Amino acid sequence: MSDHPRTRASGIGRLLVAVYAILAIAALGRSAFQIIDRFDEAPIAFSLSAVAAVVYVLATLSLAFGWDRLAWVTITFELVGVLVVGTLSVVAPAVLGLDDANPFGREATVWSAYGAGYLFIPLALPILGILWLRHRARSGVPA
Amino acid sequence: MILPFTIVQVVIACLVGLLCVILGLMGRKPNDLTVLSVGAIEVLLLAQAVAAIVAPLAGNPPTGNLVEFWAYLVSALIIPPLAIFWALIERTRWSNVVLGAAAFAIAVMLWRMEQIWSVQLA
Repeated sequence: MSDHPRTRASGIGRLLVAVYAILAIAALGRSAFQIIDRFDEAPIAFSLSAVAAVVYVLATLSLAFGWDRLAWVTITFELVGVLVVGTLSVVAPAVLGLDDANPFGREATVWSAYGAGYLFIPLALPILGILWLRHRARSGVPA
Repeated sequence: MILPFTIVQVVIACLVGLLCVILGLMGRKPNDLTVLSVGAIEVLLLAQAVAAIVAPLAGNPPTGNLVEFWAYLVSALIIPPLAIFWALIERTRWSNVVLGAAAFAIAVMLWRMEQIWSVQLA
């Protein structure tokens, strides 16, 4: 079948939703485990982690169902989050209540070291999400 | 976890990932090959779950945190069915790419599970 631009854009949109869904599942699992197992070790970081996981779920749903405003809000929140928390986790981990900057350590979260523990997908994904939302807004086609 | 079995699973997951992504980018829609290959990953994960239940009883306990291990395994188990469901509903080239992405995600998660089981300390 021929692949005109709308199909391709919505196709890439589907891939974005899928990768967001996988990250949301991973973040939910990670955060649930940390809160159950060792909440007192880094309550601030783990609470942020839980918020991030919920926001990932919302971002996934809003991209999937075309809730543009919610998509913008959630994706922007995540981009700001990964940049701010990522920076803090590297230069001033104590602010988050972390002992070290290790993105693979006991207290690492999805945003530690800009998502290094997740192949920087938490950093790349919101950027791609914003680009995709802008593309959609400009071309005016529905998802 | 049993390292040789983990390696086999990771290699298969990566090969399936490559297959699905390449076929998808070539414009092919999901077919028996791509869908069943991801199904095979799920079957292997189910075998992995059984192995993980039996292993501690057979003298192969995890060095890392068992709850963390199962958090990963449960997350991994739900991904292939979701991806297959998607591919069956939406038969486009991108569904094939999604199948591939899911397969790669499983490969990474298997590697983490192996670390938690055999390397990491609880």
